[in-house]
Amino acid sequence: MAIKGFTNFFKRIFLNMFKGKKELKLGFYGPPNAGKTSLANRICKDFTGEEMGTVSKIPHETRTVQFKEKVEIEYKGKKMLFKMIDTPGIATKIDYEDFLKYRMKKKDAMERAKEATQGVVESIKWLDDMDVVVIVLDATENPYNQVNLTIIGNLVARKIPVLIVANKIDLRKSSIKKIEAAFPEYEVIGISAKYGKNLEEFYESIFKLAKQA
Amino acid sequence: MVKKRLGKIKGFSIQFLPYAEIRGLNSDERIKKILHLVLENNILFLQGRLESSEETRLIGDTMAMIGHVRGFKGVELAVISENGKEGFFGKFRSNLVSAIAGGDIGAVTIIGPATIVKEIKRNPKKIELLLKG
Repeated sequence: MAIKGFTNFFKRIFLNMFKGKKELKLGFYGPPNAGKTSLANRICKDFTGEEMGTVSKIPHETRTVQFKEKVEIEYKGKKMLFKMIDTPGIATKIDYEDFLKYRMKKKDAMERAKEATQGVVESIKWLDDMDVVVIVLDATENPYNQVNLTIIGNLVARKIPVLIVANKIDLRKSSIKKIEAAFPEYEVIGISAKYGKNLEEFYESIFKLAKQA
Repeated sequence: MVKKRLGKIKGFSIQFLPYAEIRGLNSDERIKKILHLVLENNILFLQGRLESSEETRLIGDTMAMIGHVRGFKGVELAVISENGKEGFFGKFRSNLVSAIAGGDIGAVTIIGPATIVKEIKRNPKKIELLLKG
């Protein structure tokens, strides 16, 4: 009995030593053009010196799921290891004609639309595999969008911890309050991924959330 | 003037689908039924709501259909339900009603083809269904 207790004690210590090194899958979800890649780039640049993907004013720039493994985020002397997963924006409609407004050729616009639809399907498939999810919303847009509610509903059903980020707070039209009012049960962090504003608070929340995963 | 504005819409109908119509169906059949009605240019008012996994599946299937069905550009979707502000006893009552009815029948799901419905605009005070002109 005493030997069993002794082995369990060491087992626990051993497991805890390696538990801290586990790579948590951190997903970035949200509607198109909310700034998911900008935020993922900012984090990667801060901690690895490299960016994850390209950003553009044209919606659906990210059309395949992008990964960055072994990103060690350091905050106030604590370190956590993440696998960052940047996903294509989820939408309920994609019209190639919308891309023509950005002076894109019809053929390219049609190809972009096709890839974007496949990207949405891929994003949805990945929902199952996340440990922690950051929902990135554009703080200048109306947050009462069914896509946002559906993604959050799915994550809640899967018991995956969620953090809501209100991006683009550097813009005058932005409103964190609107997002807080739309999602009163969640913590909302206002940031500007473009200018790196308020990222300290974001990292603090990520560390708190990671502990729940 | 109004006639000219409406001229671009080829024709649509608004259909109310009681929850009883989908209660006995499995997820595949529910999504298939809904998308079939939407493809026939119906703006659907469904009593109740789908499960969250069915809602994502609906989005996924919609995406898979764009490019395969001529002229289909996706859907506009909105679910109107009590947003958790009813308190503990209110939640208990609605959960009980949902359990008995077999779904959240207090909610309404609006879904229409994106070629007809431009936007379902929502804020805490009102819901507007904007059609393409």
